[in-house]
Amino acid sequence: MDTSKHKIDIDYVAQLARIELSDAEKVKFSGQLENIITYCEKISQVNVDGIEPMSHSFPFYNVWEEDTPESTFAVEDVLLNAPKADEDQIVVPRVVEE
Amino acid sequence: MSNELFFKSAAELGELLDKKEISAVELIQSVIDRTKKIEPRVQAFLATNEEKVIAEAKASDERRAAGKKLSPLDGIPVATKDILADKGVQLTCASKILKNYISPYTSTAIERLRDAGAIMWGRTNLDEFAMGSSVENSAFQATHNPWDLERIPGGSSGGSSAAVAAGETIIALGSDTGGSIRQPAALCGVVGLKPTYGLVSRYGLAAFASSLDQIGPFARTVKDVASTLQIIAGHDRYDSTSFKANIPNYTESIEKNKGPWKLGVPKEYFGEGLNPEVRVFIEKAIDFYKQQGCEIVEVSLPNADLAIPAYYLTATAEASSNLARYDGIRYTHRSSDATDAIDIYSKSRAEGFGDEVKRRIILGTYVLSSGYYDAYYVRAQKVRTLIRRDFEQAFQRVDALLTPTSPTAAFKIGEKATDPLSMYLSDIYTISINLAGLPGISIPCGFTNNNLPVGLQIIGKPYAEAQLLAIADFFEKAHPHYTKNPSL
Repeated sequence: MDTSKHKIDIDYVAQLARIELSDAEKVKFSGQLENIITYCEKISQVNVDGIEPMSHSFPFYNVWEEDTPESTFAVEDVLLNAPKADEDQIVVPRVVEE
Repeated sequence: MSNELFFKSAAELGELLDKKEISAVELIQSVIDRTKKIEPRVQAFLATNEEKVIAEAKASDERRAAGKKLSPLDGIPVATKDILADKGVQLTCASKILKNYISPYTSTAIERLRDAGAIMWGRTNLDEFAMGSSVENSAFQATHNPWDLERIPGGSSGGSSAAVAAGETIIALGSDTGGSIRQPAALCGVVGLKPTYGLVSRYGLAAFASSLDQIGPFARTVKDVASTLQIIAGHDRYDSTSFKANIPNYTESIEKNKGPWKLGVPKEYFGEGLNPEVRVFIEKAIDFYKQQGCEIVEVSLPNADLAIPAYYLTATAEASSNLARYDGIRYTHRSSDATDAIDIYSKSRAEGFGDEVKRRIILGTYVLSSGYYDAYYVRAQKVRTLIRRDFEQAFQRVDALLTPTSPTAAFKIGEKATDPLSMYLSDIYTISINLAGLPGISIPCGFTNNNLPVGLQIIGKPYAEAQLLAIADFFEKAHPHYTKNPSL
């Protein structure tokens, strides 16, 4: 991997992350992120041939339990935090064409 | 009766309560009064609820009078980092995006403490979504280090560590993803424990990096940390990664286990970057154990310098996925300018998240994106395996490792705020422990010339908290730094 300063396509990544950035933020963040990524290039220097990736500290496999019905949160408790709600539903702008 | 109940340990207060020398109502009142007096300067709390806790303390007094004490922490005030759900109570994660959020359920850790009679007192400040090392990333306020108000309390659980140090609570809960309990404990001169991954249920902890996050206690003494862990540890069916085994009696093990232990000193933790004044205190602590008959062994963690990159690539990747839920649709801030679905996500998140959270989500999205996934994310996971192996090899030779918690004492507010990478480097001694899933504790081991606390980190084998606490308590008994308090 190239160890010179890394370039990041900030428009593309911010769009993937669903975060709208101002022009000033784009300049600031891409500079900072490029520094961080360049620092992180360190990991490309170590030999990891044959090493298993570890996504978790301890091996956990599927954890099963009996499928017993039980009560869950009350609708009103959950809707308490909705930005907009009506008739037990969360209201959003129209997302399909008429 | 001392009028400074708020500076006593839970163990001491428990005895006073048992002997009816004080009441739980007097105790919480002392903590409330103390908080009112100094909170304008410390700013450790995002919320408190006086009426509720006084009523709870009354109930605790009634239980004790009836001989029905629930646990050693019955009647003891406990503050919680505002990232743990408590039904009917705010859960802001110090983020504007959750400013008005009220939890519809209670986290297991809080529920267990409340069932044990603890008085759940106050919600403490943090770096937004636990991302930071100074609490400067809180969307609402800066928290000030009680030992020097111009300095940061450490982070991300800096509200909790500051509250304990300042006498605004007796015990506090925090969460630790890369050092967020141990580093603020060190910088505020209190004890902070990050348990082994899976020992404490994460149910109700707003997720930052799920494979690294762990809840743990802050207190003035190791014994208080042990009694708190006793209550919150153990399997929970609501967290499938939580540990299924019997939990030992931690307080008893402190009393019984007196060593001597075989203790390792990883040479990579004493290199460039370690402040010379901090180094002296850590070396003195190592000397103490040696003089007490412990065998000190130099060990090597050869991949130590890869921990920061492996951590930031892993943690941000997990964060970008976990924080996708804050989308402006169901329960967060929704932008009033948004017109369609994508717009709701992008604008609400732009308005709701602070800089550090945006930076980490974008970095995490980048390392998971097509073309970079193998080079960054997968490679970081492989490096994580190497880091864990280093610890496994070291632990074949020793019982625990002694290291600094933080390379420096508390830095000034604003000192590192504009340089995220230099802030990340302040976690250099704590993050590997999360990557490997190990338990780690920070205990006070001295004060610098500027009267700032220094923390000693002790790292244990997986699920060996009983031994880890005994090793920490052994030091504390000979160095009762908890008797020294900040003058506020």
